[in-house]
Amino acid sequence: MSGGTFVGMPSFPEAAHDAVNNQTLRANLRHATHTIRGKRAKAVAEMSDWAELREAGKRIKDHTLRHLDRYLVQLEESVTAAGGVVHWAVDADEANRIVIDLVRMTGESEVVKVKSMATQEIGLNEALEAEGIAAYETDLAELIVQLGKDRPSHILVPAIHRNRGEIRDIFAREMSEWGRPAPDGLTDTPAELAEAARLHLREKFLRAKVGVSGANFMVAETGTLVVVESEGNGRMCLTLPETLISVVGIEKIVPTWRDLEVFLQTLPRSSTAERMNPYTSTWTGTTGGDGPQTFHLVLIDNGRTDTLADEVGRQALRCIRCSACLNVCPVYERAGGHAYGSVYPGPIGAILSPQLRGTASEIDASLPYASSLCGACYEVCPVAIDIPEVLVHLRERIVEGGPATREGNKVVLKPAKGHAAERAAMRAARWAFGHPGALRTGQRLASRTRRFHPRTLPGPGRAWSDTRDLPAVPAEPFRDWWQRTHGGKDTTK
Amino acid sequence: MNSRDLILGRVRRALADVPRDDTPYDQAVDRDYLREHGNRSVEETVELLAENLADYRAVVHRCTGDELPALLAGILAARGSASVVVPPGLAPEWLSASDTARIEDRTASTVYDLDKVGSVVTGCALAIAETGTIVLDGGPAQGRRRITLVPDHHICVVRVPDQVVSSVPQALERLDPARPLTWISGPSATSDIELDRVEGVHGPRTLEVVLVSGEVQA
Amino acid sequence: MRVALFLTCVNDTLYPDTGRAVVKLLTRLGVDVDFPMAQTCCGQAHYNTGYRHEAEPLARHFSDVFAGYEAIVTPSGSCGAMVRELYPRMGERARAEGRGDGLAATLAPVVPKTYELTEFLVDVLGVTDVGAYYPHTVTYHPTCHGLRGLGLADRPFKLLQAVKGLELRELPGADECCGFGGTFALKNSDVSAAMGTDKVRNAESTGAEVLCAADNSCLMHIGGTMTRLSTGMRPVHIAEILASTEEEPSV
Repeated sequence: MSGGTFVGMPSFPEAAHDAVNNQTLRANLRHATHTIRGKRAKAVAEMSDWAELREAGKRIKDHTLRHLDRYLVQLEESVTAAGGVVHWAVDADEANRIVIDLVRMTGESEVVKVKSMATQEIGLNEALEAEGIAAYETDLAELIVQLGKDRPSHILVPAIHRNRGEIRDIFAREMSEWGRPAPDGLTDTPAELAEAARLHLREKFLRAKVGVSGANFMVAETGTLVVVESEGNGRMCLTLPETLISVVGIEKIVPTWRDLEVFLQTLPRSSTAERMNPYTSTWTGTTGGDGPQTFHLVLIDNGRTDTLADEVGRQALRCIRCSACLNVCPVYERAGGHAYGSVYPGPIGAILSPQLRGTASEIDASLPYASSLCGACYEVCPVAIDIPEVLVHLRERIVEGGPATREGNKVVLKPAKGHAAERAAMRAARWAFGHPGALRTGQRLASRTRRFHPRTLPGPGRAWSDTRDLPAVPAEPFRDWWQRTHGGKDTTK
Repeated sequence: MNSRDLILGRVRRALADVPRDDTPYDQAVDRDYLREHGNRSVEETVELLAENLADYRAVVHRCTGDELPALLAGILAARGSASVVVPPGLAPEWLSASDTARIEDRTASTVYDLDKVGSVVTGCALAIAETGTIVLDGGPAQGRRRITLVPDHHICVVRVPDQVVSSVPQALERLDPARPLTWISGPSATSDIELDRVEGVHGPRTLEVVLVSGEVQA
Repeated sequence: MRVALFLTCVNDTLYPDTGRAVVKLLTRLGVDVDFPMAQTCCGQAHYNTGYRHEAEPLARHFSDVFAGYEAIVTPSGSCGAMVRELYPRMGERARAEGRGDGLAATLAPVVPKTYELTEFLVDVLGVTDVGAYYPHTVTYHPTCHGLRGLGLADRPFKLLQAVKGLELRELPGADECCGFGGTFALKNSDVSAAMGTDKVRNAESTGAEVLCAADNSCLMHIGGTMTRLSTGMRPVHIAEILASTEEEPSV
């Protein structure tokens, strides 16, 4: 991912350290994630066929990925037939160049944007800005992030780390820099904050000539794109401008129109815990007399085909960006989204970022460990991505190295640095566990010296004993007791 | 090699490990989920639509075809909008009882014109009971997408029961993907502040849905 | 029935009381239980930290030791889930790496007959009242791999509800992870400790004397946090509660 925003991020534990100790942030995240957790559970419980919808969603996506080349070609044909123009971008730089050129061709110097993970991933706003093109984010949370010169920390609600008081302050301070100032005497009630955003953005919507979007789904059979949203900013960006440029990851395809019947049921309930989100827009190419008369679709790879090449990791491409896994994750709740060093935070980010970007950087090599493997993410995932399975698989890639695909080329990764001591310990443990006698000797030694064990540990052991006491070592291990009392039945091989 | 061929080539190489599978798509995915949830009579389905619309803060009215002009006139008068925009194909009878200045949407009218209008009245393509959703498809009584977006007050007329379906799967069957569709479930809303829902952002902040039964002028 | 106790390396070394409790409980219920002395470790810590290839010999060893028994009972939800969920996956991965079906075939016999203790009691022995007596207030923490991996559901609750003298208190946020997570507790110690503190605060809010779970590794983390926070609560493995009787009470 380019954009520069995340270059040089520290490892996850380092970044999480500050977040864990930031009481405001902890309270904001706890409040928001617990609110949505309960609501999601209720919205899902209304559906007696949730398990079947989840299974169908998984299978539709798996089938699509298995035949992705075919569906991409079909999509290109159907979008083109409907009056759209399809572009292909191998990486972020190419995608940004394509969009910049398309905006330049219109002669405009500003665009309105509806929230899109793909354009965040490629750092489009920064790339446009560097070319003198202003990109206005119009989603409320994105606006909060953009005005606050902040980074997004959640897929659905990028400003989840901000509470209403902080949002008020950002609006009051920053809106005048960009256009219509916040109303005098703005309070922190959510309705007033929403009203302030409405007034501030309205002038931008009305004068916009170019809209930039992503898409939740693209239907190969019909060439239809789908954007699911709540506020109406999406509708503004998709229908008022003369030119619409949609930047979409190649994995967002579904084969048929009918497939939407699954995802339009599972996505809203999983993300905002609603039966249906307020607005869903679908469009197929251009429509005379209604909406943009020029439509460009920019299909991006940017690491997706590398992810597709990994037989365990490719399931991450099923993701429909609902963010249910973030909302239930106990690690996300305490570390916050910024610690993940990517536009994709939380459990899904921990398996997507190291696959899209590779595991070379400190942050990407640490992300697969940013989980206690509790499995709550897998349980709520509406397309059944086994996130713990992929996390463990990526851990293996980091400590053992092995085959991977980078930029379309097969490579063999070396084991990551910094795991040498751990690797040695794991090997030693494996050896001891392969030799019950050696294990027993070790246990007895620990028991015999137990009075001399410290309550806290030096070196790496401090990571445990700084916050937790160590258990007392018993006078004898179980196996000694067993042999004393049931010795006759010894079945040692 | 151009980027298109590069990406398609990468996709094919990435899938080299996957066994070939030529199962036709309609057999590749089990669709054991329900076509609709629960067994309801036609009346119950309309009732569920009304409940779910109201649950997401749409204002729901019910009337017969004969009562429609008076009801619409009453809603517009209560709102106090100076003008109401209508799509070119809206039956003139619907607003025959209203004094509110009626503006027919024209291709030439700009978004700034539209921004000055207080209300909009449209029909719809269909409504979905289980989710409390109305769907517009740009038909003659619905017009361009922008007219139901820029004004702050949208009145949408749904003919019941013939425009009502139970579920999302039933809705998709009846809709034409070639038309631009707008699915609307309540007034615009956001969950962006502390993940709690607040109604009213950029789209119409008031959505009134009129469920009209019996003969209706279309 | 030839039943083997797979105690787990952690319990063997650090929590022999849990092992003695399982033996006492199963013996009381008429089960002839054996402890194969050659047993060591299921390989979970290796596997979950990314050392799958180091875990393979341990899994093979596990299968060698236990394959001859009709049932393998373990007082650990996470080690039980390792065998049941992840051994088949290890076999599949070896196959995908072009190493044939050997590992899958070696591990297959132990997979279906490995039971977590409460599963064995409720599903195999068909008992929920095990004749236990434990006059204390208890709150139960369902550990993640038992809850979501094995799907233990209400089995532990049914067993605890039938214990005489025991008052069960509902734990707020029960299904949230305690933050142990094996090497996660060391690699992400700040987040792990924060999760542990929240779990302990929730447990304290119940007013119970005892926090019970079916996994001593989670209890090691929770208990270590409890004493550091000087809560006065104590962690107890469910086996020790179920083994306790009026004649021979455990504390």
